Amino acid sequence: MFKRGLKKALALTLALTFALTGCAQSGGTTQGKPSNEVVATENNEKNVKAGFIFMGPVADGGWSQSHNEGRLAAEAALGIETLYKESVPETQEVEKVARDMIDQGCNVIFAASFGYMDYIEKLAKEFPEVTFFHCSGYKTAENMSNYFGKIEDARYLSGLVAGLQTKTNQIGYVAAMPLPEVVRGINAFALGVKAVNPEATVKVSWTNAWYDPAKEKEAGSALIDGGCDVLAQHQNAAGAQQAAEEKGVWSIGYHADMSAVAPNANLTSAVWNWGPYYIEAIQSVMDGTYTAESYWEGIEAGVVDVSPLTANASAEAKEVVDAAKAQMLEGTLKAFQGPIVDQAGNERVAEGSELSDEEQLSCDWFVDNVIGEINQ
Amino acid sequence: MNIESFLTAAVIAGMPLLFATLGGIMSEKVGHLNLGVEGMMVMGAVMGFITSVQTQNPYLALLSAMAAGGVGALIYAVLTISLRANQVVTGLALTIFGTGFTNFVGQSFVGQIVPESVKTFFAPIAIPVLSNIPIIGGAFFNQSLFVYLGYGIAVILMLYYVVTKVGLNARMIGENPGAADAAGIPVALYKYINIVLGGMLCGLSGAFLSLVYVPSWQQNITAGKGWIAVALVIFIGWNPVKAIFGAILFGALDILGLRLQAAGIQINQYFVDMLPYLMTIIFLVIGSIRTGGASKGPKALGEAYFREDR
Repeated sequence: MFKRGLKKALALTLALTFALTGCAQSGGTTQGKPSNEVVATENNEKNVKAGFIFMGPVADGGWSQSHNEGRLAAEAALGIETLYKESVPETQEVEKVARDMIDQGCNVIFAASFGYMDYIEKLAKEFPEVTFFHCSGYKTAENMSNYFGKIEDARYLSGLVAGLQTKTNQIGYVAAMPLPEVVRGINAFALGVKAVNPEATVKVSWTNAWYDPAKEKEAGSALIDGGCDVLAQHQNAAGAQQAAEEKGVWSIGYHADMSAVAPNANLTSAVWNWGPYYIEAIQSVMDGTYTAESYWEGIEAGVVDVSPLTANASAEAKEVVDAAKAQMLEGTLKAFQGPIVDQAGNERVAEGSELSDEEQLSCDWFVDNVIGEINQ
Repeated sequence: MNIESFLTAAVIAGMPLLFATLGGIMSEKVGHLNLGVEGMMVMGAVMGFITSVQTQNPYLALLSAMAAGGVGALIYAVLTISLRANQVVTGLALTIFGTGFTNFVGQSFVGQIVPESVKTFFAPIAIPVLSNIPIIGGAFFNQSLFVYLGYGIAVILMLYYVVTKVGLNARMIGENPGAADAAGIPVALYKYINIVLGGMLCGLSGAFLSLVYVPSWQQNITAGKGWIAVALVIFIGWNPVKAIFGAILFGALDILGLRLQAAGIQINQYFVDMLPYLMTIIFLVIGSIRTGGASKGPKALGEAYFREDR
């Protein structure tokens, strides 16, 4: 009897060990090493130790990786110490992780996912001496800012490339969820397409998954079989790029430069570049000049960009993109400038004006050259 | 919507399900419900991928995918056969372990693509005559070698269970391990071999995803397909040949929403995602009514066998 009990206990312990090691390996708190030995206190600056909380693994090739690269840039530029924790779900867990980081001496916390917002707001009240930065939300407090980038600028520029490249005048767009963030990205892209090719349409396929490589690829293949010869995507994996590569058409990446995944298909990618913002934000805390804000900037702030056009794109496309980007940097070109007409033919933005930030944030309609529905 | 391209895509989408389902059948036929299918798949996917990148050799890639799935299954087998741990808990633990292990070793390979030589090896090959059949010819018989391997294993497995003595012995263990033991069949040995072979098939299923379906490395590449396979084993009634059609049907359901959208027909993807499970439930109900409540599954499924308990 005893022996059997012992065996059971052993089996259970083993099973538990497997389960626990599995979790630990996918997301242990990892201590980043300060890559620069400059001691910040020399200039009477506040000593900063920053904690970063990511939703996915830092090697996801997309969203979380882009934030982690920003973290590394800030570490290198400012010589500060940082901590990060990857694969943190958008639940109470984030509170635990943030408390743990504060216990370890962090006085700045960056939380890089929308669903962390309410937990971070609560913590901001509890820890007034810690400065919180929350990505892609809308809440602020005295010691809590939110920040996001207008990827729409980069979407518009990549739309120019797609519009010039397409031969069938059908462009596919593999999209995750029908949310304002995704919808306005599609609109900006479609406006870019329209600016250079009024004949072309953008066909949207929803996967209802942020991350599912096989499904994303299948959505892309279906669009190509339906006649599309350029694919864009709002997904965290690179399935659509693979579909385009395999079927010999073109693709536009998102999050990071995806040209390595699809060397014969990729034209360019709409990319995030968080380094400059993280450096600026941490510097403001170090200098004591920090004030809570809602940071939402575009290409002129360097937080978003298009990756260099590959050899798959034409020389003309490169000229057009360079010119448009220069205008955006000057402020003479906006992604959402009128006239903009929606699918039903209503004029949403008149000539000479542009879509306000509030309207962009709640965008629930498609521009007229998009084929697809938001409320299915 | 082009029917032929839809069917071709359905066969490809169904293949990971087919291998995983066959793996599940091998385990369940000897009475072991293995919920670690997803874990073994994703381990096979990452090891197959890494080997293909390091060696450029498709055979080695397949072998290491099988080895990874087999090792996962061996852990499960030791725990559930020798230590008689709860099969459900152990299977779930294996899935969690497999996912964690894969994220760990796959981290530095994210975004890399399968080498050209391996891609060429798995490129579609048309079978003469058969591939010329209208509509279904191209879909079923102009596919990757890997797909033909799937058909082949399904047929071999069917023969194994119906005509070979060892296959019949394995089935007997799943029905009544006590009787099998009394008949002199080495129960534990059979269980080990069948479960590990099943794990190898799950590993191949993952390798199909990482080497053929999405020929690049992405974390969590299986995205829940292992769970569909667990349902599919029940849906096809533990019959390996029916598994081919069941897997392709579930594969078709998986891509149906996307294909309809591309054809301009709007349908909610969540609804389509629900269909495989809904169909499984309906089939369970129909099957249960037809047989008066008796399950078609192995009778001793889920029960640990210990000789001294008899």
